[in-house]
Amino acid sequence: MTNDILIFVEQRDDRVHPGALQCVTPGKSLAEKAGGKVVACIVGDNIDGATSAVEQTGVDRIITVSDPALKMYSALRYRTALAAVMEKVEPRVVLMAATFMGRDLSPRVAMRTKAALATDVIELDLTGDGELDIVRPLYNGKATCHVKFPKDRPAIATIRANTFPTPTGGSGAAREDLPYTTLDGDDRINVLEIAKTGGDVKDVTEADIIVSGGRAMKNEDNFKLIFELAKELDAAVGASRAACDAGYQPHSRQVGLTGKTVTPKLYIACGISGAIQHMAGMRGSKIIVAINTDTEAPIFNIADYGIVDDLFKVVPILTEEVLRLKG
Amino acid sequence: MKILVVIKQVPDSTTNIKIRPDGEDIERSGIKMVVDPFDEFAIEQAVQLKEKRSDVESVTALIMGPARCSEALRTILAVGADDAIHLQDEAFEKLDELQVAATLGAVIKDGGYELVFRGKQEIDLDSGQLGPALAEALDWPHVGAATKFEPAEDGKSFTANRRIEGADERVEVRLPALVTCEKGLCEMRYPSLPNLMKAKRKPVKAMTAADVPGFAEITAGVGGSEMHQFAPPPQRPPGRILKGEAEETAKELVKLLREEAKAI
Repeated sequence: MTNDILIFVEQRDDRVHPGALQCVTPGKSLAEKAGGKVVACIVGDNIDGATSAVEQTGVDRIITVSDPALKMYSALRYRTALAAVMEKVEPRVVLMAATFMGRDLSPRVAMRTKAALATDVIELDLTGDGELDIVRPLYNGKATCHVKFPKDRPAIATIRANTFPTPTGGSGAAREDLPYTTLDGDDRINVLEIAKTGGDVKDVTEADIIVSGGRAMKNEDNFKLIFELAKELDAAVGASRAACDAGYQPHSRQVGLTGKTVTPKLYIACGISGAIQHMAGMRGSKIIVAINTDTEAPIFNIADYGIVDDLFKVVPILTEEVLRLKG
Repeated sequence: MKILVVIKQVPDSTTNIKIRPDGEDIERSGIKMVVDPFDEFAIEQAVQLKEKRSDVESVTALIMGPARCSEALRTILAVGADDAIHLQDEAFEKLDELQVAATLGAVIKDGGYELVFRGKQEIDLDSGQLGPALAEALDWPHVGAATKFEPAEDGKSFTANRRIEGADERVEVRLPALVTCEKGLCEMRYPSLPNLMKAKRKPVKAMTAADVPGFAEITAGVGGSEMHQFAPPPQRPPGRILKGEAEETAKELVKLLREEAKAI
């Protein structure tokens, strides 16, 4: 095992996931402590754009595994590719973004490479003994714990989006290609179709800002207020379980325990009371705004800014005001 | 076709979580334990398949955990599992999730199952490691967080949908395979009282670490992470309630978000 830190850089259609670039920041500090290098690995097909995006973060070395068979994500093919890179680099630590892909891929790779794994990490450090020590939330965000890794095997961690900034200003990474050597049975999963959902509106797991509506929206039509504000802020639209169950919005927009977990830089909750189930999915947001008529609504307990008022009055003025500032 | 459903018993999502004074775990006493809500989708999907298809031979539930797990097993048997396996041993308590996956893999491997269902995530540890790790231990393909599942006529493959960032992905997978279940797949039926009574008579096979082939070696071969220093979530700084008419509060909010929070 070397002291290198390997970063699996997630991309789809040559577009790097922002969470993947954010992994370079803790990657660099771990590498400095361990006395190793930061190595990025990109798996896909036609990935020049993704490769140069990674180079700008200032990694030391980039390994690409490019093959038509890797054009779309497959848990089996990608685990084979990443395991091969790990075998070559022998990293002490592997970091990747805690996305759908990261959550799907990391347990398989950890199993295959006899590593140890922690997911959804919010802090990480190397102890004096060279053991990785991380902090992660659990029990739907109602607690955190430290996870200690054994030092005799590689440690894999998936990192929560927006926990770290994206480094810039790098260039001149050493590059190399590694062929994808298919394993027997890698073709047992085949992607038939990827259908975009949500039209032009960003997905809640991808946006820096989310504007969310709850049951108090009363119907689907009223959500246009939320969409208008979201558009001006370049934000995604989210919804509570109550709003989705009532049919105001599709479940793909649901934020919460049985929906999606989000950690945007700004979360604006409109007419959302803050059921435990909802807060489990958004309490990791950097700044939380709550707009609700009920002073006692639990969402105010975790909000940075609160307005106790009718969202139907407040939201249109917010939209106007944002528009005015931009103009 | 034999189907297996892997279940976990977890604290109810509305439970108040308190940390033990030594910080090495949460307080376990007085906590209401339930079947993991995502595992509910898993058992329902399995039972529906058995009801619809003549080629489904049986649905077996598998759980690892202490004696109190028999409650969760009873619910699952009442919903429609034919029998169950209960893995119970103090040696299991120290395992991390990858080691649990390795152990379950050894138990399942020669059982003749072709399809394994599991929730997409355990709501206690919140990690979702077990499903994909178990698939790797078995060297099977898996589909993570499926919202739709359609087996092929010939029972040799299936198609499934899964939600990814901003899109819906449809995949085709060859059996044997593992599927982790997401909300939207189905909703678990309510176990009726007569079925809860009948569940008591369904066979439950008890297994310990000694019954798991190669237990010591396989668990030593992977994982080994340890959880320590449990703590309540980091306190958020107290928020500020903006006072006044909507016109004023909305304007003030935009100003604060821009100048103080630097969020827009």
